[in-house]
Amino acid sequence: MSLLTVSGSPHVHADDSVRKIMYGVIISLVPAMLVSFYFFGLGALIITLTAVVSCLVFEFLIQKYLIKGPVTIWDGSAIITGVLLAFNVPSNLPLWIVVVGSFVAIGMGKMTFGGLGKNPFNPALVGRVFMMISFPVQMTTWPKPIPLSTQLTDVVTGPTALAVIKDGVGRGEKVSQLLPKVPEYTDLFIGNMGGSLGEVSAIALILGGLYMLLRKIITWHIPVSFIGSVFIFTGIMWLVNPEIYIDPVFHLITGGLMLGAIYMATDMVTSPMTPAGMLIFGVGCGILTVVIRVFGAYPEGVSFAILIMNAFVPIIDRSFKPKRFGEEVKNG
Amino acid sequence: MKTFKTGGVHPPEKKFSENQPIEVLPLPETVSIPLSQHLGAPAVPVINKGDKVKTGQLIAKGESFISANIHSSVTGTVTKIDDVIDASGYRKKAVIIKVEEDQWDESIDTSDTLKKDCDLTSEDIVKKVNQMGIVGMGGAAFPSHVKLSVPKGKKAEYLLINGAECEPYLTSDHRLMLEKGEELMVGITIKMKALGVNKSVIGIEKNKPDAIEYLCELAKEYEGITVEPLKVKYPQGGEKQLIKALVNREVPSGKLPIEVGCIVHNVGTTFAVYEAVQKNKPLIERVVTVTGINIEKPSNLLARIGTPVSAIIEAAGGIPSNTGKVVSGGPMMGKALSNFEAPVTKGTSGILVFPKEASQRVTQLNCIRCAKCVNTCPMTLEPYLLALLSDKKRYEMCENNMIMDCIECGSCHYVCPSGRPLLDNIRVGKAKVGQVIRERK
Repeated sequence: MSLLTVSGSPHVHADDSVRKIMYGVIISLVPAMLVSFYFFGLGALIITLTAVVSCLVFEFLIQKYLIKGPVTIWDGSAIITGVLLAFNVPSNLPLWIVVVGSFVAIGMGKMTFGGLGKNPFNPALVGRVFMMISFPVQMTTWPKPIPLSTQLTDVVTGPTALAVIKDGVGRGEKVSQLLPKVPEYTDLFIGNMGGSLGEVSAIALILGGLYMLLRKIITWHIPVSFIGSVFIFTGIMWLVNPEIYIDPVFHLITGGLMLGAIYMATDMVTSPMTPAGMLIFGVGCGILTVVIRVFGAYPEGVSFAILIMNAFVPIIDRSFKPKRFGEEVKNG
Repeated sequence: MKTFKTGGVHPPEKKFSENQPIEVLPLPETVSIPLSQHLGAPAVPVINKGDKVKTGQLIAKGESFISANIHSSVTGTVTKIDDVIDASGYRKKAVIIKVEEDQWDESIDTSDTLKKDCDLTSEDIVKKVNQMGIVGMGGAAFPSHVKLSVPKGKKAEYLLINGAECEPYLTSDHRLMLEKGEELMVGITIKMKALGVNKSVIGIEKNKPDAIEYLCELAKEYEGITVEPLKVKYPQGGEKQLIKALVNREVPSGKLPIEVGCIVHNVGTTFAVYEAVQKNKPLIERVVTVTGINIEKPSNLLARIGTPVSAIIEAAGGIPSNTGKVVSGGPMMGKALSNFEAPVTKGTSGILVFPKEASQRVTQLNCIRCAKCVNTCPMTLEPYLLALLSDKKRYEMCENNMIMDCIECGSCHYVCPSGRPLLDNIRVGKAKVGQVIRERK
């Protein structure tokens, strides 16, 4: 008679795995990726490939030769880090910087803490901020979008819409005078503007976000509270003085807000576990983003905001517990 | 559609045996009847080795309040009183009887006729339930007379009948509702009388439309009994979840359902109460679903208590060659058996046979903090945290995070994409915290 396996219940398992979740995220990134290839051409493709391959290689090298543990590069998480890292840089960034950024993202951002699931900060953002601080010129030279271009060098560059407004207002110009200098809102919405290659198209990112919601990879809490608080906060300032503060819709569809709110802040590993915690986290990200954008030195603050809030996750998890079943009895 | 609100999962239902009528399982050669088939103190044997016993004869007495009488399920000779390994995996004292014939005790009414009227008083009903060794038949096997005795100062308002059968695979309650509907109604009326309540709700998951329709029809003739379809969601049949779904009340943490005026009984228990009170029949047999992907003939069998699991699987076409795991109960909360000779007990709702490839757990990976366990927990606990705290032996923090509220439904482990054994760790934590709490008193 055969031997029987004895284990605790449950004896069945849902048809779900880390790999399925990760590849689900990758699928959801495809629309934004296609838009970036469309507007930034071959350069975007090369940067994305470079980032993904270097992330995989660094993770492999570290797992195999440094940790000497199991190699899990195909769980999909390193691919996501690579894609998100590429999404956060201009399409004409020298490739060696991309490689350095990938090394920082995977090496410092992820593997030093023990790999997937252990890192307190979003690895792609760690890499991005590292590049931002170390190579500020290259990281803020934004090529203008040219649909379906195969040109790699000598592209026309210019500041992002956020920077145009920020610098202009800083010089004392009025918002109404500056608005003609930025692309139309419809262009901003579909992604026809200068910027990091994956952040430009709000519509593509929202599509990806909806897919993740549908697959139950993310919940609505973080994106809605993040984007909502940016909208409300900038809306209040706009109502107070529309000549200094640009309208909230502009804030939503420019810069890295959509990418940050939908993909970076919702990173499961580095975000809170409870719905209440997620809302607090999202609002924190939103407020910090606006503070940096409007009052800080940088025109864009999404990555800093998320990284700062990442640091608060343990305390948020500890402070915001779900309402327990049977805790508050209301019997009718 | 009524349901509990927070958490829950919906595993594939796989109710292979739902259209198989209940069949009587032939008597096995020997039965081993454990003395502890219920929560509480084991029963004390009142027979000796070599004694002849009749079917239905008392063989062990539950002497403390939370305990239950045990009766012989067959006619034969007691060969020994010895340890057997039951579904819990522990050795437990059992009365082993060699089956000779099937002569029922004279006091038992073995006829099939429905007996509707019951002129016993409320106390007499509870006494009868106690005498006949009735326990909760949904799995936990809590002595029923305890549940039917409302503590002083408390008032029961509702008798809720659990016909949810939310575990995948299992169909024994479903068949019972279809085939013994009248008896169930009488059983409910008897219990309503015992509890002094005038409202009873039967909750049935929507995946059993035939049972809902049939019982709705029957309920018209019985005052105070209603049938409520429930959303198909596990653990709809969990006591606290069922109360929330049916009467929208939340049992406070650490309290019993009577706190919110509810008593919950399973349909199997209700049928057993009917037989005990109206037919004077002790709990010596029950309906067991035997099923599994490779089982030739998934069935619902009326088996005597003490029948070895092997005999049950045999009746369903034999033990498949690649069997890797046998579970007593449902796939979500059932217990994996260590051998085929474990006996059927009062709490055995099903026998599930898994092939080798479905017997092993998925590979365990790091927690990726996806929060699925938190969103799935029907008690809105944080399983990832409880498992971690328990693993790190931080039991006081486990207690602060309400580990004792865990109903061990297994939803967290079921959904975990990293295949982490959350419930294993939580069980350890619960055991330790429970010990601490008891010592504190």
